[in-house]
Amino acid sequence: MIPGALREEVARDGETIVFVARERLLEAMTWLKNTPGQQFDYLVDVTAVEFRDRERPLQVVYFLRSLTRRADVRIKVELQSSDELAVDSVCSLWHGADWLEREVFDMFGISFRGHPDLRRILMWETYAEGYPLRKSFPLRGRFSRAEQVRQALNASPEAHYSLEELAIAEAAGDLPDDMRERLRRGERGTIQEPPAAAT
Amino acid sequence: MSKRTVELELATLGVDAYGRPARIPLTAPVEPPPDLGEEHQLINIGPQHPATHGVLRLVVELDGETVVRCIPHVGYLHSGFEKLGEYRHYNQIIPLTDRTDYLSPMANNVGLALAAEKLMGIEITPRCTVLRVIACEMSRIISHMVWLGTTSIDLGAFTPFLWAFQERERIYDLQEMWTGARLTTSLTRVGGLMADIPDGFVAKLREFTRTFPKTLGEIDRVLTRNAVWAGRTQGVGTLSAAEAINHSLSGPMLRASGVAYDLRKDKPYLGYETYDFDVVVGEHGDVFDRYLVRLEECHQSNRILEQALDRLPDGPINVDDPRVILPSKTRAMSDMEAMIFHFKQVMEGVKAPVGEAYVGIENPKGELGNYLVSDGTAKPVRWRIRPPSFINLSALPRMAEGHLLSDLIAINASVDIVMGEVDR
Repeated sequence: MIPGALREEVARDGETIVFVARERLLEAMTWLKNTPGQQFDYLVDVTAVEFRDRERPLQVVYFLRSLTRRADVRIKVELQSSDELAVDSVCSLWHGADWLEREVFDMFGISFRGHPDLRRILMWETYAEGYPLRKSFPLRGRFSRAEQVRQALNASPEAHYSLEELAIAEAAGDLPDDMRERLRRGERGTIQEPPAAAT
Repeated sequence: MSKRTVELELATLGVDAYGRPARIPLTAPVEPPPDLGEEHQLINIGPQHPATHGVLRLVVELDGETVVRCIPHVGYLHSGFEKLGEYRHYNQIIPLTDRTDYLSPMANNVGLALAAEKLMGIEITPRCTVLRVIACEMSRIISHMVWLGTTSIDLGAFTPFLWAFQERERIYDLQEMWTGARLTTSLTRVGGLMADIPDGFVAKLREFTRTFPKTLGEIDRVLTRNAVWAGRTQGVGTLSAAEAINHSLSGPMLRASGVAYDLRKDKPYLGYETYDFDVVVGEHGDVFDRYLVRLEECHQSNRILEQALDRLPDGPINVDDPRVILPSKTRAMSDMEAMIFHFKQVMEGVKAPVGEAYVGIENPKGELGNYLVSDGTAKPVRWRIRPPSFINLSALPRMAEGHLLSDLIAINASVDIVMGEVDR
């Protein structure tokens, strides 16, 4: 049996869904990948689901496939939205999880412990409105259109490069003093809470 | 002191002693290249760059001309399709799928419709099944033609681009005949299609399948044994089978690395198991093999199209279920019951039972997955697209690092990305 398995379901498309305890996810995934007879060597997709019913926990969904056995399984981890939204990263098992986990982090705010480079991917790094695919996020965004335009116009050019990238070019020293000061204060990469009076 | 050196000493700048333009003497000492030491350069490519195939931005760390590190930045075309889908009925999502991978819109329409039908437990009609196969294979051909044309331009071959785009134009004409739109086809509906094929469509498509292999042969002749093409693609961006699997690659990228996995054979949908076609597999996993795989897949798609035309059955294109399919206009206007169904579908949408369904289809770029979660209402709780080119692109740093900057362009082209799908 899969280590840490809590219960099983059958989806409407006939696939098996196995719910795994959050603490034992990495153990279960390692077992599924490496055990003879399982050999789930291919990670199809990683995504998350939040239900309209706020009482229901968030789910992180892993679609696994064994190319040798031509078999599929779906692994789910449930996260209470009141808890810390974090699971272990499976990047060490499947490199393909890299961008997929970054996207889940970007869209849902679920962080992946042990991910080598957990940054926003589709939204820009200074995006401050929150996590777009959460149900609490309004369809048109948190900020007003005027505020969005204001932020876009005020974006500083160095915001297009990460500090790491600037270090490659040794360009950090060539920046104007005020830009360097802003970077040093950590203006990039921190996600601020949206203002309460946002429309 | 040699004669040549004397002449140079006597010469004025740019002219030798006899008034002829001066040439640099072969014996002149070569200046040693400046010692750059460990200094690395940061190069930014894109987001507006013709060789990045859309608004992809690559930040590249270079040691001389060698790529040390490649950091892709995506998201410039992010449109929030998945969020929009949560506010729409299943049939209203179909126009959004056109705009994800806009080089193969019909196949995307089919992918979403199959997932919604799986969720609702709907069996589509035989004629609809075959027509959807035709739509998928037409999409594969146009997508591969765009790939071939743009990639050959990236690598300096202009002529195949024109041939490929001419063929694509012919398919676009067929799409226009069928759906009225060339690009945003919105072909499928849950439980059927928006329209049956018009008169003359079959004859025109047969004409296409008869003449298309000739163009493929021409492209093959001009590229496959071309020294420049081979030199720029062979051994470039190699991925082994194990790496390709570990990076979750799919479609031609996976098969070029020697993994014979094709969803049409291994998880058949739309009755693909009944068609006679081959899964094209590469050997070396480099850019050249990806080209060969895509070229041969066009031949196989052509074969499938011919078989589909041969077996195209008569009959309805939509399922006979008034809860899912809109009644005809005349019936809705004259029959009370039909009008109620019409009203309920337009106002409330088609309700899906509680549950979830994932359907992956073999799109031109790889496995396109549509994952729908329903809570019993007419709008999905979650609509997830598994974007094949997004996942294929994530292996770009792994493939490009260590190659030359010019090879980065070839490798990036070989991934076959379309930013509408990468960013969604």
